[in-house]
Parts: sequence; structure tokens; C-alpha cells
Amino acid sequence: MATIDSGFATPDTSTYRTCGFTGLRVERQAELLIRVNAVAAVLFLAWGGLLGLSVALTRWPAVQLLPAEWFYLALTGHGANVLLFWILFFEMAVLHFASAIILGSRIATPRFAWLGFIMMVAGAVMTNYTVLRGDSSVMFTSYPPMMASQWFYLGLIIFAVGALVNVMVFFGTLVVAKNEGTYNGSVPLVTFGAITAAIIAVFTLASGAIILIPTWLWSLGLITEIDTLMYKVVWWGMGHASQQINVSAHIAIWYAIAAMCVGAKPLSEKVSRGAFLMYILFLQLASAHHLLAEPGLSSSWKIVNTSYMMYLAVMASMIHGFTVPGAIEAAQRRNGYTRGAFEWLRKAPWGHPAFSGMFMSLVMFGFIGGISGVILGTEQLNVLMHNTIYVPGHFHGTVVAGTTLAFMAMTYFVVPLIFQRDIVWPGLAKLQPYLFGLGAAGISVFMMGAGTLGVPRRQWDISLSEAALGYDFPSAAYLMMGLNGLSAILAALGGLLFILIVVASILAGPRLDRPGAKMRFPLHQGGAEAVAATGSEGSPKLPGTIILVTIFFAAFVLYYFINWKYLSELWLFQ
Amino acid sequence: MENGEKPQLERIPAMQQLLDNPFLLLFLGVTLPTVLYLIWGIMEVASVPVAH
Repeated sequence: MATIDSGFATPDTSTYRTCGFTGLRVERQAELLIRVNAVAAVLFLAWGGLLGLSVALTRWPAVQLLPAEWFYLALTGHGANVLLFWILFFEMAVLHFASAIILGSRIATPRFAWLGFIMMVAGAVMTNYTVLRGDSSVMFTSYPPMMASQWFYLGLIIFAVGALVNVMVFFGTLVVAKNEGTYNGSVPLVTFGAITAAIIAVFTLASGAIILIPTWLWSLGLITEIDTLMYKVVWWGMGHASQQINVSAHIAIWYAIAAMCVGAKPLSEKVSRGAFLMYILFLQLASAHHLLAEPGLSSSWKIVNTSYMMYLAVMASMIHGFTVPGAIEAAQRRNGYTRGAFEWLRKAPWGHPAFSGMFMSLVMFGFIGGISGVILGTEQLNVLMHNTIYVPGHFHGTVVAGTTLAFMAMTYFVVPLIFQRDIVWPGLAKLQPYLFGLGAAGISVFMMGAGTLGVPRRQWDISLSEAALGYDFPSAAYLMMGLNGLSAILAALGGLLFILIVVASILAGPRLDRPGAKMRFPLHQGGAEAVAATGSEGSPKLPGTIILVTIFFAAFVLYYFINWKYLSELWLFQ
Repeated sequence: MENGEKPQLERIPAMQQLLDNPFLLLFLGVTLPTVLYLIWGIMEVASVPVAH
């Protein structure tokens, strides 16, 4: 397979440089903003990941690392840092990349972009400080009547407004690129995926503002009461929709990495854009699945928002789940790997951490996070595992195995192309996605297993040793929680390795802005063009992808059936 | 054009016009969940009778 590993140095102009590897025009402000957002993201991932490890080791009954008060503090900090701060900082980097870099444009209103970034940092630091003080252990959802410190809510509001400012800068950059003619026709598919993420971000952050501002006023004593159900409805407009930003962003990244690693083009631009459109219209409505057990909301509202509308978004995910591996197969067959159904997959660049991370993210997001999401979104099946540890099992399948792994994979291109430093310790870098991916998959599967056995989420002690009414979980539940702890250690090792590699590469990696410099993990020869251009692959034969998709459907149907069977045994009508 | 005719502009399909307009997409992507999820949900909560 033809690859590009060596670049050429070009003199910097005042505002732009030309990337020696991709040929893309890189604006200085956009590059700096991507760098600072990526660095902030990695720092918050490190902190949030450490808190996550302490949570998992506490939930491992044989270890029970933290006392109860510390456990809820760590759980609150873990949720805020990894579900909001790590993810949204990285997404801001993705938005700047997908607009200014891919479209070769200047960034709109860079001062506002910096203001937004500073607000995000200030909000995230304020929230962390408040959580560490110990008076805001209300967990990520912060359901009233539990009340956190006013600074907790204010920190989240400042962070959300800062993120919203950056999303507006993204839309401004699209206008600048269009008006200044830096691209013709439609934007590339990766940019379209970023537009999808940005649109969902506007709804998400607006919902956050609608509910967190009155909650903040409540914590100040200016409002006497917050209705708990009203809070839940509006809060989940932020809490779950924020994870839909991730889905759109990481699918855009799947397309980008597939293009950069093997030169993949979308099978059909129309179909992939149609799938993103279904996300724009329907994905946010899945927030309702958190409220399926609430008595104050009608079945009509629940079923329209989850079963009817969410299935359209699920269909969009399945389209991407077909078109991304399909595009990779088509590209690999063009690259000469045509033997049998799977030579394209066997000869894929599995030693390239961007590719291996992306492909594992794709598989695990579909098989673990996707299928379990449909189960949780079905009103009848939801009662089987509502508020059990199955729920964090599901979203670790989407956010950790799916989004975080995809973002890690993308970082292996961000460091050489944006920081212009090569990846250090290539042997460890090859290993890192497998280590983290295996750990993340274990966390998801074992938590889902324990949840199926009824283990509650957010419970410090499942042995209920100090409770007035005891309950004995089956020994398999204890085994699952132990395996979850071991998986968390594996994922933490992978995460630690990622942070060390990225920090060491940025600080001391070989410079790539010099003549003759070579990338250790190269780009495909047609990679940059495939990312920045529009155009479809056509209608190639894809026997390998058809087999993989058939296996997925079989697993989906089987698991769906098993859960209905399980429900029928629990829910006896006399 | 040879005979002084105006060049025929290629008609852009409606769906492509929609997909090429990020602000129309933004309007749809915010309005639909606001109506179906937020407003409908808030109306349902607001209509729950208050216990006395």
C-alpha cells in the first residue's frame, strides 16, 4: 500500500502554513486552538480516568478502595471530567480541524474562540475545585433535591457557555470558508459530520443553560424549589444529548481515519449524509430513555421519543456501521488486497494505532454500546435494567470503547500533523489501542452482566452490609464486579500509556517541520485528498463487509430476543 | 453562449440544498427535539396534578 511518511518543509507565512504531509493549508490561529483544546482534553482525561479507576476499584467488593463519602466525590468528578470536559475539549479541537483545516479557511473571530476556550478551562477548574472540596458530591446528574455548592453549577454553566461560543465560531468559520471560496460545492463528509455534532451541541448546551441557571439560583437561595421531574426532563436534554455530540464527532473521525489510513472514500455521499441528517433530526430524542420509568410522563411521550424516533437514529448508526467498513474494504481492494472475503481486513494496517483504535471503536460501539442502547431504549425491556449498573455498562460501550478510543486514535494524527512532532515509543503506541480497547470492552460487558443480575448503579457497597434490609446478590454478580475492576485496571494502563505517549511526543518527539522528516505512522498516499474532497466510491462488491454486517444483525436479533424472553419469565401475568 | 443564450444553471435537488445549508439544518436540529422532547415533556410534567 502506497503511503506518505516524509514531508517537505515550507516557510511559514504570517497566517498560514502548508502541511508538508497533507498539502492542506493550516491557519496559525486554528492550529493553536486545536493544540490547546487537545492538550486540555488530554489533561482532563488523565484526571477523570484516575477518578474512574478509583470508582471501579471501590465497586470491586474484594477491594472497596474508597470510603463511601470519597466514592461519591470521585464518582461526581469522574462523570464531569470524562463525560463533559475531556470529550468537549476534544470536540472543540475536532470542530476547528473540520472547519478551518479541512476547508483551508481562516478561523472566524479567533478572539471569541480564545474567550470560549478560557471560559471552558475556568468552568472546568471551578467545577473540579468544588467537587474536591467535598460539598458537591451530587454525581454527574446532580438530581434535586440534592444540592451542590453554587460554584459547582456556576462552573458547569461557564463551561457550557464557553463551549457554545466555540460552536458559534465553528459556524462562523463555515460562513467565512464559503464566502472566501476556499472550497467548491458541498463541504467534505468529515466536515458534514462535524456540522451534525455542532448542531446537536447547540441543543445540548441550550438545554443545559435552561436547567442549570435556575438550579444555580436555587443553590443561591433565590428560588425556593426545583421540580425534580422537570429537572430530569430538561437535564437529560443536556446529559444524554451531550453524548450524541460524541457519536456524531467520532463517526466523522471514523470516516477521516479510514480516509487517512487506507484512502477510503464514502461508499455513497448521499447515503452517509442522509444518515447524518437522521442524527440531526432524531438522535437527541433518545434522551427520553432515561425517563422510561418515570410515572409522571405518558407512554405516548416515551414511545414517540424513544421507540419511534430513536429507531430512526439507530438506523442511521447502522448505515454508518455498514458504510465505514464498506469504504475501508473498497479502498483496500483498490490497494490490491482482493483475495477472498477478508484479505482486505487481514492486511489492514493493524500496527497503525490510528487505524486499530478506529476499527475497534467501530466494532465495539456497534456490538456493545449500540445494541445495548436499543435494549435500554425499549420501554418494556428498560424495566429489566433501569438504574442498574447495566446503564453505565452501556454508556462505557459508547463513550469509552466508542468515542474515547476513536478520539485517542485521531490523536495519533493530530500530534504529527498539528503539533508537528512525531510519535515516540512506536512499539508501545501500537500496543496502546489494544490495551485500552480490551479494558474498555471488559468494563462495558461486565457491568452490563452485573446489571442484568440486578446490581444497582451508584452503589458504594453491593453487599448492603449496613442496610436495614439486606439482599444477597448471586455470586456471579460479585465475579462480574471483580472482572470489571480488572478491566478498569487494563483500561487505565492503556489510558496512562496514551497520555505518556502523547505528552512525550509533544514535548520531545522528533520534529516533523524539517526537510526529510518522516512520520512513523504514515498517511495513505490518497489520504489527504480523500478527507478534504467530496465524492463516492460507487458500487463495489463488498463480500467481507456483508458477512460482518450479517454477524452484527444476528447478534442484534439474538440479544433482543433473549431480553424479551428474560422479561417474559420475570413479568408473569396471572 | 454562441447564440447569446444564457447558460442553463443546473438545478440543485431540494435535498442537496437542505444538506448544503448548515443554518437550515441547525434550525431543524434544534426545533424538532425542542418540540417533541422538551416542550411536550415539560407540558406533561406541568399537567401532573399537585398533591394537597
